[in-house]
Amino acid sequence: MISSTLSVSLAVLRRVMIQTIKNPAIIIPSLAFPLVFLIAFAGGLSIVADVPGFSFKGGYTAFQFVFVFTQTAAFGGIFTGYRIAEDYESGFARRLLIAAPHSAGILLGFVLAGLARFFLTGLILWGIALVAGMNVLGSPLEILAMWLLAANVSIASTLWVAGLAFRFQSVDIGSFMQMPVFILLFLAPVYVPLALLTGWLKLAATYNPVTAILTANRGFISGEESKALLAFGLAVGLAALMALWAVRQFHRAHRSVA
Amino acid sequence: MSSTSQLALIARRSVSRTFRQPVLVVPVIAFPLILLAVNASGLSSVTELPGFPTKSYINFAIVVCFVQGALFAAISAGTELASDIQTGFTDRLALTPAKRWVVLAGATAGGASIAVFGSVIYLVVGLIFGVEIDTGVVGALVLLALAIYTAIAFAGIGAWLAVATGSPQAVQGMFPLLFVLLFLSTMSLPLDFIQKEWFATIVEWNPLTYLIDGMRGLVIGGWDASTLLPAIAVATGIMFITFTGASRSLRKRVQRT
Repeated sequence: MISSTLSVSLAVLRRVMIQTIKNPAIIIPSLAFPLVFLIAFAGGLSIVADVPGFSFKGGYTAFQFVFVFTQTAAFGGIFTGYRIAEDYESGFARRLLIAAPHSAGILLGFVLAGLARFFLTGLILWGIALVAGMNVLGSPLEILAMWLLAANVSIASTLWVAGLAFRFQSVDIGSFMQMPVFILLFLAPVYVPLALLTGWLKLAATYNPVTAILTANRGFISGEESKALLAFGLAVGLAALMALWAVRQFHRAHRSVA
Repeated sequence: MSSTSQLALIARRSVSRTFRQPVLVVPVIAFPLILLAVNASGLSSVTELPGFPTKSYINFAIVVCFVQGALFAAISAGTELASDIQTGFTDRLALTPAKRWVVLAGATAGGASIAVFGSVIYLVVGLIFGVEIDTGVVGALVLLALAIYTAIAFAGIGAWLAVATGSPQAVQGMFPLLFVLLFLSTMSLPLDFIQKEWFATIVEWNPLTYLIDGMRGLVIGGWDASTLLPAIAVATGIMFITFTGASRSLRKRVQRT
């Protein structure tokens, strides 16, 4: 059964990746958005590092890179969700549900596809940031931890949009897929550390799980580990919660086909 | 029937169709305000930098809403027009005596009207949350007029894209590219606060910079022709180029069909 589930997952992964490679229009937005944010934030806002009280060992480019990298992970999942919704609109998803010997592999396949897309865009982003002279003070192990933490974000995000796609089965809810993720990301310390935030945003950022993830990853890249366990706990918890949501919606969609 | 009456009829259809679809209206209103709320709080500490032109970041950031709303309007207008092209409505209109500019202006009226509606809301919300306009009530009205003029100009971008592609999906696909321009402007900081030279060059070449600076001048700088006139010139230029392009593309499209 496990090998059968895995073969379904790999088939879904293969299909999504072929579509992605064959159609640059799919991969370009998920790469262009983070790149523009990196250019705009790291390039345009570098003076923010001069704000009294701002202190980050790795410099402002590394500070912003962590946000953009996390955003890439989240958006890798969102764009995979679009794929699922399109598959429903074209009728392919229904045929897939009927044909797959172990339908659980379908959801796993989409999660793997989200991860693969994140890995691809994340790698390009790292390359560009390093060429642009970003300071990386963390050890290889810390950078690996950074990737793992972001991968959890990608999994959680894929499962969130997959659940929505299974539920609504239409690309019309595209903005509803993006909006909560976008808001959650921006209600975190994006431009300055948490300590420099004020008012309602500081309150929201304090309780936002993305804050812990950003803080930990900024700690990893600057070699000053910070709140890593809390961040991993929250990221895994978030992914588990989203898995429950996605599985529930997947079974609902499956029942409607059967 | 006079051109004005034709325009009024087509515009009324476009406006009512647009406002019947919350998915076209809600993002135009909500998204710029969310970004304003996040940026005004997240970047408030930059006002502590020596020489920053205002002590309240919301005064600096409010105008971005108007330009962002106009960008959304461009896509809404283009999507609606492209869907009219796809369903053959524009072809049927071409069989009537309606002039091309009437068809274009009327069909994009829905998108432009959302921006007008949005601009009023941004201003009211801004004033409620403490925005102070240095140029007073007259300045606020000029700001509103400039925002509406910009929205109409940007509706031309949507119209041109719609006529050139004839596909609502293709028009929507262009949104990220337009949105990117906003982040490569003086949206977050004044030009002289941008330290990286290459980024400052991009910002200087970006027409949105002049629109933002023109509107911003009314809020935090007082009356200044050196920022206001370039903004009007840029909006006029965009309007002229895009509506001319759209009109030519529409002529070719009608000839083909």
